Amino acid sequence: MKEKILDRLNTQFKDSIESVNEYRGELTIVVRKSEIGPVCRFLCDDTELRFDSLRDLSGTDYYRPHDRFEVVYNLYSLKNSRRIRIKIRVDESDLHVPSVTSLWPGANWLERETYDMFGIHFDGHPDLRRIYMPEEFEYHPLRKDFPLMGIPGSLTLPRK
Amino acid sequence: MKMDRAPTKTTMEPGEHGEHGERGDRADRGKLKILQALEDQDTSVTFDDPLEHEMVLNMGPQHPATHGVLRLLVRLDGETIVAAVPDLGYLHRGYEKIAENMTYHEYIPHTDRLDYLSPLANNVAYVLAVEKLAGLEVPLRAQYLRVICAELARLASHLVWLGTMAMDVGAVTVLLWGFREREKIQDIWDILTGVRFTTTFTRIGGMANDLSDEASAMIRNFLDQFPENLAQAETLLVRNRIFIDRCEGVGYISREDAIGWGLTGPLLRAAGVAHDLRRDEPYLVYHDLEFDVPVYNDSDVLARFYVRVQEMKESVRIIRQALEKIPPGPVNAADPKRVLPRKERTYGKMEELIHDFMIVNFGINPPIGEVYNAIEGSKGELGFYIVSHGEGFPWRLKIRSPSFVNLQALPPMLKGGMISDVVAVIGSVDPVMGEADK
Amino acid sequence: MPMGISCCAIEMMAFAGPRYDVARFGSEAFRFSPRQSDLMIVAGTVTYKMAHVVRRIYDQMPDPKWVIAMGACTSTGGMYRSYSVVQGIDLFVPVDVYVAGCPPRPDNLLKGLMDIQEKITRGEKPGQREKVYIRETAELDEGKNSRSA
Repeated sequence: MKEKILDRLNTQFKDSIESVNEYRGELTIVVRKSEIGPVCRFLCDDTELRFDSLRDLSGTDYYRPHDRFEVVYNLYSLKNSRRIRIKIRVDESDLHVPSVTSLWPGANWLERETYDMFGIHFDGHPDLRRIYMPEEFEYHPLRKDFPLMGIPGSLTLPRK
Repeated sequence: MKMDRAPTKTTMEPGEHGEHGERGDRADRGKLKILQALEDQDTSVTFDDPLEHEMVLNMGPQHPATHGVLRLLVRLDGETIVAAVPDLGYLHRGYEKIAENMTYHEYIPHTDRLDYLSPLANNVAYVLAVEKLAGLEVPLRAQYLRVICAELARLASHLVWLGTMAMDVGAVTVLLWGFREREKIQDIWDILTGVRFTTTFTRIGGMANDLSDEASAMIRNFLDQFPENLAQAETLLVRNRIFIDRCEGVGYISREDAIGWGLTGPLLRAAGVAHDLRRDEPYLVYHDLEFDVPVYNDSDVLARFYVRVQEMKESVRIIRQALEKIPPGPVNAADPKRVLPRKERTYGKMEELIHDFMIVNFGINPPIGEVYNAIEGSKGELGFYIVSHGEGFPWRLKIRSPSFVNLQALPPMLKGGMISDVVAVIGSVDPVMGEADK
Repeated sequence: MPMGISCCAIEMMAFAGPRYDVARFGSEAFRFSPRQSDLMIVAGTVTYKMAHVVRRIYDQMPDPKWVIAMGACTSTGGMYRSYSVVQGIDLFVPVDVYVAGCPPRPDNLLKGLMDIQEKITRGEKPGQREKVYIRETAELDEGKNSRSA
């Protein structure tokens, strides 16, 4: 199964795939950031693979000097009952990632959540604003340099 | 309704005389102000076409439809909904950041509070993900026990759903009946786990306690009398003209849209997609158990109602089979470096004491890697994505919560409906804000 | 008025349910409008975003009003020591009775309700807990406590 997916991907996107990993029965493919739109569209529309359901979209902060963030897409194929994970690496200097909301409308809030928690901008997103924290909050909570207890003064309490 | 109000002075100085001869004396200034305001309003009000202007209604975070703190901003054209925007974040407790600071065992009580209507199911989901990451094999007895717990949790969650949805639509009796049944399930949890509600029953490598005979007798008694009570509540609703009129054709979403929005669970099954993780990607021992997956094609509130009621009946079937098939044996895996030992042995034996100390303080240290594991929760697919760097606590833990993704599809479902449909549709989506807001 | 926010709200619904019937104690009617209620039961974790809403609803209640802080999250922030959870609602709302538990059993909440009823019969002002403190510790700090009872 892994070979079949990789074969079909390699027909078009041989240069975009950076690495492939299989761990505990799950296939993870790291793709170049600019190619994520075409790769996802190919995986979704391909008649054999049909990864038509985006189950999860999240970010990870690895806190390393190069390629600090990663955005992870967990896809599921309803036809074949199979999962795949696509990852892209985002460097801190260029936090713009093409959005996949045109392909899956369900990515809307998931991308907003990633923006809220990490500060990664999704280009082409219809309505990119914070979802969990209040609008005027200035920081991105899930980054590793944000303390667990928060920064004093960043959130206001009503008067007693 | 637009009211043109000409700018008039509404306060008067003492000694002043107004246009209509009133005096601005202090003694009767209050009465004159009121009179003047009334006269201003009366003489200068115009009625435009009342349907020309739209109104924005805020169904605020605190509202009696007990679905938690969901804020819904609805743009209305008369009584028809033009657009709706849900606003989340009122219960954002920072679960994912907390997870990065705790060992895997310490995080299990936090998972209870995610979908707080079915706490045992969340425990099972989290522990399955961690065991997949760590490569632990759990004995068969524990797997059957986990199936029983997860299905009981699904029953409890659907009972609250039934009660609150019926109450929102108008039938308050069903709420009290639902809570009566749920109290019986909570008694079972009390005997089985020790806690009524937020149970924290599963452990990495097995369960905290074994299934005692008393508990299994209690479950059997409950299962014997539950189907008739459910049928009683069902007959109250299913033949009710008011209920059917309020629910039929309301909140429709097409099959392609449902897949595109990433809906899972009863919402997807009511839209005609036969997808259930228990059957398509069997985890635990579901491949050994016989059950049907209800699928309806209408994709409205009534279809979702039927799907969930049918699911409750299937859950009863699954628990009965699991109770018969459960094998004797140990309930925890035999891996002393990663599975917590029994407490009484910790106080007596040296090895167990050391292992307990190491596991509690330093964690289980799974290998470096990442894993995503999902189960079929009562709301949909509940998944955990865990990234581990080889330490005792996760580097990143992402909770894929079904309510969060299901709530995204609320605006297209509400468009074109009436205000009173909002409650019915929210009831059918059954969001739990503890999991949607993480 | 039930301010049901998260898991404690479910125990509050059970407390109004058929087994732990709160109607026996005179609280049959759960008024969801703050204008018509005397008692606000805050049940669930209060985040900074929600705190403004809770305070606004508290302000809308007419005097005299009492507040029960139900559960560990409202008393002290509970098990959530994180950036977005208010560590105790007494930081912005005066509280009369704290009910401990996570979530507290419905009988625990009934005891909390009865405590409020006793507090009212004792004639104490709502929102003030200093009197009880002073009465109980008066023997301990004789003369050191200069606050008037």
